[in-house]
Amino acid sequence: MDDPPNEAWIELVRRTAALARLEVSDEEARTLGPQFAAILEHFRTLATLDLGRAEPMTAATRLFDVRRADEPRASQPRDTLLSNAPRRAEGFFSVPKTIGGPE
Amino acid sequence: MSAAYARLDATALRASILAGERTCARTVAECLAGIDERDGELAAFLSVERDWARERAARLDARLAAGERPGALFGVPVALKANMCTEGIETSCASRILAGWRAPYTATFVQRLLDAGAIVVGVTNMDEFAMGSSSENSCAGPTRNPWDVARTPGGSSSGSAVAVAARMVPLALGSDTGGSVRQPAAMCGVFGFKPTYGRVSRYGLIAFGSSLDQVSPLARSVRDLELVTEVISGHDERDSTSLAEPPIEREHPAAPGSLSGFRVGVPREHFPHDLEPGVRACCEAALARLEAIGAELVPLSLPHTPFAIPTYYVVATAEASSNLARYDGVLFGLRAEGDGTLPGMMAATRAAGFGPEVKRRILLGTYVLSAGYYDEWYGRALKARGLMRDDFERAFEQVDVIAGPTSPTVAFRLGERVDDPLAMYLADALTVPVSLAGVPGISMPCGCALPADGGAGELPVGLQLVGPARSDARLLRIAAAFEAASEDLRREPPPGSAR
Repeated sequence: MDDPPNEAWIELVRRTAALARLEVSDEEARTLGPQFAAILEHFRTLATLDLGRAEPMTAATRLFDVRRADEPRASQPRDTLLSNAPRRAEGFFSVPKTIGGPE
Repeated sequence: MSAAYARLDATALRASILAGERTCARTVAECLAGIDERDGELAAFLSVERDWARERAARLDARLAAGERPGALFGVPVALKANMCTEGIETSCASRILAGWRAPYTATFVQRLLDAGAIVVGVTNMDEFAMGSSSENSCAGPTRNPWDVARTPGGSSSGSAVAVAARMVPLALGSDTGGSVRQPAAMCGVFGFKPTYGRVSRYGLIAFGSSLDQVSPLARSVRDLELVTEVISGHDERDSTSLAEPPIEREHPAAPGSLSGFRVGVPREHFPHDLEPGVRACCEAALARLEAIGAELVPLSLPHTPFAIPTYYVVATAEASSNLARYDGVLFGLRAEGDGTLPGMMAATRAAGFGPEVKRRILLGTYVLSAGYYDEWYGRALKARGLMRDDFERAFEQVDVIAGPTSPTVAFRLGERVDDPLAMYLADALTVPVSLAGVPGISMPCGCALPADGGAGELPVGLQLVGPARSDARLLRIAAAFEAASEDLRREPPPGSAR
């Protein structure tokens, strides 16, 4: 938890935005950088907490085991699920070409 | 608005219909007239489903005439927050990315409302994806507080709280992730109840923080909260986190006028030195009232309370960044073309569709989960969350409930905190510990106070009562005893066009 200068915060916002598949403009990054710094500075109090014997709380209720028989069930009809899609073609979701691109 | 309609809570309204004093059709007409009268100014609703509500009322009247047994919410108009799925109704989460999206299925809790005879009259405004404490993060603009239209109603279930406070509906559902029902209930002077995590199925509630989200009702009386919670709670195999227990059954009679033998814990951390003086005075008066009806007040400590805000905002943003990954322009909602590649389309869609606060939380959540930072942020927050639950469990070895303010301030002015996200987060300091621990909490009106910012009119203050996990029925019973003993502390908001 080092204290990067402002430019470093802006760069951190840009790197995180790439991970989050979120386009941020230069202006947004310049606003978000100092906000990130202020918020994380406040959150840094967590580092002062003695967590020696603490167990991570990974569920909101004391754990119970939830199982059911692994059986196929009817789902929504294809047309219903496709009806909200921004693009569809021949009964499928349509997206830009994914082969041969940068990723 | 019909004065008679505005006076009745859901229980009394249903009784009035069954006594033949009014029909469902007339009830819906009165409700829609109230919305027409008030909502231009308050903006509680994103959409009003007039035809849907009128048709349903006519069908219910016919079924009653045919001798059908009326359900627990027969004829009661209900408003739903815009993150709740009802087949065929627009469910936008007040976000551009879901504008126009119509749910292809109905949430379990909505179906249970409908099965009980409730009439859904509209969808209410909220902070986008339930992220916010003021309604100012809605893509449709803010909802206004009926006590002072220059102020926030709180959030994120802003429209649901205002619809109940301004007497447009007797009952509304919100969702509470870190206080999103309790805080607006406090700021609008109504009752808001977050049940134990898992008590109400989340199937059909659009996810924000899945380990925290809980469907939570708002009403004008504790008995209405009991009534609706009984209807919507209970196991649902479509939500694997829903508790495998039968619905809450009401404990009758609610201790009439007495809390003799009950112990009420008062955590010193919930009365911090910077608590707004008016909030402190009202809550101290409310504690005295609890004592006057027989409760024993027990000072205690929840030592990890000061760590609740960072813990909550690490856990909730981490979960949000994961849950909101599904809005990528492929399956539903908005699509922006970007540079024409698949990743470019996704990044451009998300940039165009999400508002500033949602982007901020996705980025914070992505950061605390990213390689190299996970252990020091998310890992630590999960451990701190466990310590907070331990705080509550230790306290509940000594006391039946814990009492304190719901919000550290009364309603603040719209615009006051929009440029300072951290200040907005700090408003949740007293509600998020309850959410992190997964225990039930209720906010109840306990008087009005002048704001510390120089405002001239008195504004409502909320008292939060918190109980152990799965003690929902008992907590509501204690709340009902306070409600009965504090009638003189409650006031009505001004009738309209205030200040």
